Amino acid sequence: MAAHTSQSVAKAAGDDVENNDAAARGRSRLADGRNTGTGNKNGARGGLRRALATHWYAWTMIAPVVLVLGVIIGWPLVRGVYLSLTDANERNVARTIGVRHIDATYRFVGLDNYTAVLGDPVFLQRLVWTVVWTVACVSITFTIGLALANMLNRDFRGRAAYRMALILPWAVPGFVSVFAWRFLFNRDNGILNKVLDGGGISAIPWLDDPTWAKFSVIAVNVWLGVPFMMVALLGGLQSIPGELYEAAEMDGATPWQRFRHITLPGLRSVSMTVILLSTIWTFNMFPVIFLLTRGGPGDSTEILVTQAFREAFITSPRDFATSATWGVLILALLMIFALVYRRSLRKQGEVW
Amino acid sequence: MTTRTRGRRAPLASVGLHATLVVASVIAVFPVLWILLTSLKPAQHAITTDFVKEPTLANYTYLLESSHFLSWFANSVLVAGVTTVLGVFIAATTGYAVSRFKFPGMKPLMWTLLITQMFPMAILIVPLYNLMGDLGLLNQPVGLIITYLTIAVPFCAWMMKGFFDTIPVEIDESGRVDGLNPFGTFWRLILPLAKPGLAVTGFYAFITAWGEVAYASAFMVGEENLTLAGGLQTFVTQYTSNWGAMSAASVLIAIPAAVFFLFAQRHLVAGMTAGATKG
Repeated sequence: MAAHTSQSVAKAAGDDVENNDAAARGRSRLADGRNTGTGNKNGARGGLRRALATHWYAWTMIAPVVLVLGVIIGWPLVRGVYLSLTDANERNVARTIGVRHIDATYRFVGLDNYTAVLGDPVFLQRLVWTVVWTVACVSITFTIGLALANMLNRDFRGRAAYRMALILPWAVPGFVSVFAWRFLFNRDNGILNKVLDGGGISAIPWLDDPTWAKFSVIAVNVWLGVPFMMVALLGGLQSIPGELYEAAEMDGATPWQRFRHITLPGLRSVSMTVILLSTIWTFNMFPVIFLLTRGGPGDSTEILVTQAFREAFITSPRDFATSATWGVLILALLMIFALVYRRSLRKQGEVW
Repeated sequence: MTTRTRGRRAPLASVGLHATLVVASVIAVFPVLWILLTSLKPAQHAITTDFVKEPTLANYTYLLESSHFLSWFANSVLVAGVTTVLGVFIAATTGYAVSRFKFPGMKPLMWTLLITQMFPMAILIVPLYNLMGDLGLLNQPVGLIITYLTIAVPFCAWMMKGFFDTIPVEIDESGRVDGLNPFGTFWRLILPLAKPGLAVTGFYAFITAWGEVAYASAFMVGEENLTLAGGLQTFVTQYTSNWGAMSAASVLIAIPAAVFFLFAQRHLVAGMTAGATKG
């Protein structure tokens, strides 16, 4: 079953690439044909009408999503930005207590929240830790995933069983895994400390000491992230033609040279994607931090996202305006990241 | 795919390979296994290091009879299920349109879909919370469903584009030759072919909603209104630790998901990387 799976990953990955290319080629053909056809027919009419005639199918098809995104993302987004410019908190927003409705009394305060947040050393502290956390998690996850994928890509007995075991963490819902780890990490009763104790090592305060807590949250996130990385990279590895390795071997390339000059370039497109995805996921990885340490001990493992959550839902009085400000800042950071990433992809000739 | 034969591995290298993989597998499996074993121990032995000690199903009977586990489970199924169906339904035609047509507004749409996947929680949670409060939907499954659509819709559209891309465009062309308009082509030819892709997208949307923590923690209060993500937190708080119930609940949540997942995973990766690389 598992051997079959591996073959299919390879095949699926390979097929996808080919089909995508074919589809892309076919698509541009189709689009070109339609464009020239309608262009000739409607040469004299207005641009808008021509666009409507050509594209109304597509526009009708995307309408539901545009509508839904506008209402449930667009509107809250605008309101979120607006809230970040006010002094809204639990006490002055509109609310209904029993049958009595109290109107909102918060005021517009301009950029005060931004100066307050950016002027507070806490922001820089959170930002630095968030970046450290993201870079550490993504790079460690990628390295381990790549190493395991390379091992599993060889032919040996039992690899199906190994792959099954290694994928398991991905199959368990994240919050369940995090609770499992909280149990293992428990200072007095956790199995990790019991084992250390058996070896004569004194208990480690996994989640109760700032440094160990940082280590622990990274370890758990790596544990959660490796399977996805490994499976994606394994798919990439299996789509690299074996002839390349044979030719290189004939030419006397060492294993390291083969890895460096065949494997890594061959994996580039897959790597780019998984690194982008896991960077974004990790940057916003709320559950691991929230459920494992609640940002603690103190505030030592609080990342930007959990800080935004804390402002609105944990501290008292709930500070909606500050939370929205953190939210806007996080969005700005991620958009800058996406733009830089896209530019670097462009430079290297990727699709978009 | 042919298997490469690259000479024989030295015995030492072979030992190293197996040793590394054994260690990695143990690390991957152990936490899950340990929770399973703990769930079968009587509560007073939950924190012992014995692998099995007086195995019992007491934790499970406690969970099902004396806790709100079943209502959390029902809430989660309801919220995640409706989110999935609505998300796939709304997003299907969009995935097709961006896969097949070039039209003004396509690039901004693709970017919106991508960017909305990056940020929703932190920036949307406060306005959505206030909005749901105004509408009286806090603590209601409906409120959580609407909220989860902010995640599911962009995601489903993005992922389905990847699946539609894998269907040869020649099929569309033959449909057009036979006189179908794009809606007919989509509905009669492409959608049936894309069923596995829709299923995988739906499955992904389901487990995303199933495992969501932030909105669920903020929007749902009161023991019986919680979803599983919120409910599990109540077993292990700052003050109480009911590790027995926690582990039993974990097993009941994880095993069906894990079994299903291990069957579906090869499609999951293919779809996601295809959709993402081809923008």
